[in-house]
Amino acid sequence: MPTIGVLALQGDFEAHEKAFQQAGARTVQVRAAADLDSIDALVIPGGESTTMLKLIHAESLMEPLRQFGLSKPIFGTCAGAILLASQVSQPEQDSLGLIDISIQRNAYGRQLQSHVAQLDLDGKPLEAVFIRAPIIRRTGGSVRVLARHKGDPVLVEQGPHLAATFHPELTAGRGVQILFLEKVRTCAKN
Amino acid sequence: MYLDDQFRVKVGLAEMLKGGVIMDVTNAGQALIAEKAGASAVMALERVPADIRKEGGVARMAPISKIREIMQTVSIPVMAKARIGHFMEARVLEALEVDYIDESEVLTPADEEHHIAKRDFKVPFVCGARNLGEALRRIAEGAAMIRTKGEAGSGNIVEAVRHIRTIVKEMKQLTVLGPEELVAESKKHQAPLELIQYVAKHGKLPVPNFSAGGIATPADASLVMQLGAEAVFVGSGIFKSDDPEARARAIVKAATYYKDPAKLLEASEELGIGMHGLDIGKLPESELLQTRGW
Repeated sequence: MPTIGVLALQGDFEAHEKAFQQAGARTVQVRAAADLDSIDALVIPGGESTTMLKLIHAESLMEPLRQFGLSKPIFGTCAGAILLASQVSQPEQDSLGLIDISIQRNAYGRQLQSHVAQLDLDGKPLEAVFIRAPIIRRTGGSVRVLARHKGDPVLVEQGPHLAATFHPELTAGRGVQILFLEKVRTCAKN
Repeated sequence: MYLDDQFRVKVGLAEMLKGGVIMDVTNAGQALIAEKAGASAVMALERVPADIRKEGGVARMAPISKIREIMQTVSIPVMAKARIGHFMEARVLEALEVDYIDESEVLTPADEEHHIAKRDFKVPFVCGARNLGEALRRIAEGAAMIRTKGEAGSGNIVEAVRHIRTIVKEMKQLTVLGPEELVAESKKHQAPLELIQYVAKHGKLPVPNFSAGGIATPADASLVMQLGAEAVFVGSGIFKSDDPEARARAIVKAATYYKDPAKLLEASEELGIGMHGLDIGKLPESELLQTRGW
């Protein structure tokens, strides 16, 4: 059983833990660089990316997270996807740059534009909750788009990493978690 | 439960604010300080509770120009307060597209009998509560987030502690009762049976449960989170202290590392004297804010 670390600085990290436990993984909360040593993969949850970024800098976690991402899978949702991107706009901010995408924060607008949508993931229906969500405006050549919403990529992967602009931890289906766990297993074999 | 899509996205934003600090601000300058310190959201209001308490008069929704200026300045969610029962202040805030409305006892109530029918709105609401019944009545009306009331503007954590302990204890008690006992509990708490049953089954509220009213130090934030609060609201505690920036940063850190005394020590190290606090026992009943609403 793989151990999934969930970055627990701020946001809906408990919802992610519950979702991955339901998908058959063990989970631990990550708040310091030393916590990264004992995990097979990391989840960066939804929350406020500016808040998480402050806490990442305050704890000098930027470099350890980047190093972790060079050998192990990271899955980011919403704020997590923003932190994984190579370029962030509205406003511009620092990020890990592990997935070659340009992402625009709060791109649908404010909370009144938050919504639930039905997506298609590999021919199967997938319910997606978008909360003050970002939009991926550009994907690099090595990025694969797994799902789209209104034409924009909303679930993408690059190498071992996965990013969603919506919140698969807030819906009942566990398809996205299972997809990530498969990537974790593949990465462990290599 | 009313788990339609609209309610789910309302609760969804509350989920994203967990483990964070929502700070009261009265202008764009304060909002920027809050955002830079790591606030997960800001609450726009015309005066912080300590000033409302001191100056008296009718406290209303903040001026629109101030709220708009705050919304244009920060990228984190912006909440704003409306008076209890004042559904037109709420409609104006909704049209302004604030991210959350706090139907708040800190402002002068507009209606002494009715709270806002919050399910009719597309914008989410947070409401204060002192006990489980009050929390569930607000959720029944459509609140997507609960915060314990504490005593706003007092700088005294004792009421926030009382309220979070009360709610947590009342929830625990429901989890051991049988179905016929839950019907009696519904009557006792004056709350819908459906919500009483939900709490009995899950041991928690169907929406996030945050804490407010009297948090002035990093240790205060950590205390209420240890007692079961999932995030904190800090009002006067930051901008009524000698060191708003450092204190805001320290409270953010305390909310993340609330279980770690060494981190709390580190967070508190650079702080000076906090806001001047009030002895709640010496406040006349008429000056209590927590008794507004029912």
